[in-house]
Amino acid sequence: MNKNSLWKDAFYRLAQDKLALISILIVFLYFFVALFSGLGWIASNWSQEVGASNLAPSFDHLLGTDIFGRSVLQKVIRGTQVAMSVGAAAALIAIPIGVILGALAGYFGGWIDDFVTWLYTTFSSVPNIMLLISITLILGKGIFSVYVALGATSWVNLCRLIRGEVLKHKEREYVQAAGAIGGGHMRKLFRHILPNVSHIVIINTSMQFQTAIKSEVILSYLGLGVQGEPSWGTMIDDAKLELVRGVWWQLAGATLAMFFILLAFNILGDALRDALDPKLKGK
Amino acid sequence: MTKYIIRRLLYMIPVLLGVSLIIFVLFNLVSGDPTAVLLGKNATARQMADLREQLGLNKSLWLQYLDVVKSAFTFDFGHSWATKQEISKMILQGAYPSLCLSVPAFVISTVLSLFISLFVAYYRGKGIDLFIRVLCIAGMSISALAYILFFQWFFAFKLGWFEISGFDPEFPHFISYVALPAIIWIVLSIGPDVRFFRTVILDEIYQDYVRTARSKGLSEFTILLRHVLRNALIPIITYVVIQIPSLILGALLLENFFSIPGLGGMTLNALNASDFPVMKAMAILSSVGYILFGLLSDILYTIADPRIKFN
Repeated sequence: MNKNSLWKDAFYRLAQDKLALISILIVFLYFFVALFSGLGWIASNWSQEVGASNLAPSFDHLLGTDIFGRSVLQKVIRGTQVAMSVGAAAALIAIPIGVILGALAGYFGGWIDDFVTWLYTTFSSVPNIMLLISITLILGKGIFSVYVALGATSWVNLCRLIRGEVLKHKEREYVQAAGAIGGGHMRKLFRHILPNVSHIVIINTSMQFQTAIKSEVILSYLGLGVQGEPSWGTMIDDAKLELVRGVWWQLAGATLAMFFILLAFNILGDALRDALDPKLKGK
Repeated sequence: MTKYIIRRLLYMIPVLLGVSLIIFVLFNLVSGDPTAVLLGKNATARQMADLREQLGLNKSLWLQYLDVVKSAFTFDFGHSWATKQEISKMILQGAYPSLCLSVPAFVISTVLSLFISLFVAYYRGKGIDLFIRVLCIAGMSISALAYILFFQWFFAFKLGWFEISGFDPEFPHFISYVALPAIIWIVLSIGPDVRFFRTVILDEIYQDYVRTARSKGLSEFTILLRHVLRNALIPIITYVVIQIPSLILGALLLENFFSIPGLGGMTLNALNASDFPVMKAMAILSSVGYILFGLLSDILYTIADPRIKFN
């Protein structure tokens, strides 16, 4: 008999996957950089002049300086804080909404299902970019609006997946057994079904995180995102005018910072799916 | 089948009402008084009241919602606040440049991705397969903005192979303007496309009928083109069809960077000018497109795969 649980199995499978391990390491690294920056331990003096204007990368200034003589590296770090906070906030908003609505719809069916299906069909009918720019425009520019906009768009996919999965599970024997020994609806749903579909939350969050980061960069580039603080998007916006004068390091810094975290989430998303959902392997 | 289509068409109504509700809540309920923004700091209370009347903002909320719903069915979006032009005319004008860019880019990138994914499926598990997969994932991890900036700077500014920005509606001339944004579009979409197509094709390759075909002595090449591709086309077609409405919106960022006077650029201008009617119109129009093509893609799916029942 195989005593290993799904999570244990998944853990062993992940542990054998070197690329996935490196990706997890990168994700943690970014989280700590964001956290330390948020606590003011690093890059808190990003707005101070550290040298002449537009210095090329050197040993003193690893990523050079911007037009005001500020360190590009410190700006990249502040940008990391913004990007990671947006990803986390989007997940924190999307997971409760997506899981609860999806679970209720899949489990109870009837008018609840009709309503939830209508709700996510409606939300997924408006193209994401239109919804994102509309919400940030209306709520006012700033990081808070970006959180709300990304939260409002990223629960949809999760809700649909959870609903479908709960729908499959609710007729299974283990749920019937739980009912036979007197378990109520809430017990069946939250104690028995949800733990069995929770891997979807993890896989989906890993995918959503990179969408959130990409969206934040585009919104910030459009001037709708974080104000008065550097973000990867505003750095790329600056680079638009600098590139002609041969100043490439802001673009390179922001793009590289974004590249590694997106790559890590891309690889991790695939690895998590293979590890947690063997049926879907390779899909 | 007809019954299924009719039912799906009828289901469009509550979804359109819902989309109108989202847009109404955002632009009419949450947004606050737009007249202060439109008239500037020196506006008198009298001017603001007049403008509110003129824009129909004095109507009851219920009537304002009905206006949004009406525009979703009639495509009559009223006038722009910024340019005072009729929005439906602006959309018709902007559609042409957008389509000049998006249609060729979309067709080329889809066909190219299909070829590449067939190629990697043929060499599955070999070095070239791995190489292209790594390239796809790496390519997808670079910001779209970085591609646009770099390509525009390198190919248009540095090498001077293409126009840096602008547009010319005449047939052979517009190519020099849309070529570079189209190339960027293709580079941007090949990564996700190849990844998806490859997965779909590989799903089919391990099916029993492929083993049968192989044991009949068919060559791997014939199997791939005659058997595997035909079955893999079902999910591929739906994947492609569902993307068509985004062509209407064009590529927001590409049009913005290359000053192409299309619908994407129009939307971003409206965004900068807080031109609510144009934003609303584009949100409604693109949603209607999504709903219609979503329906079309479902119908194609059921036609292509008779095993799917209509319920």
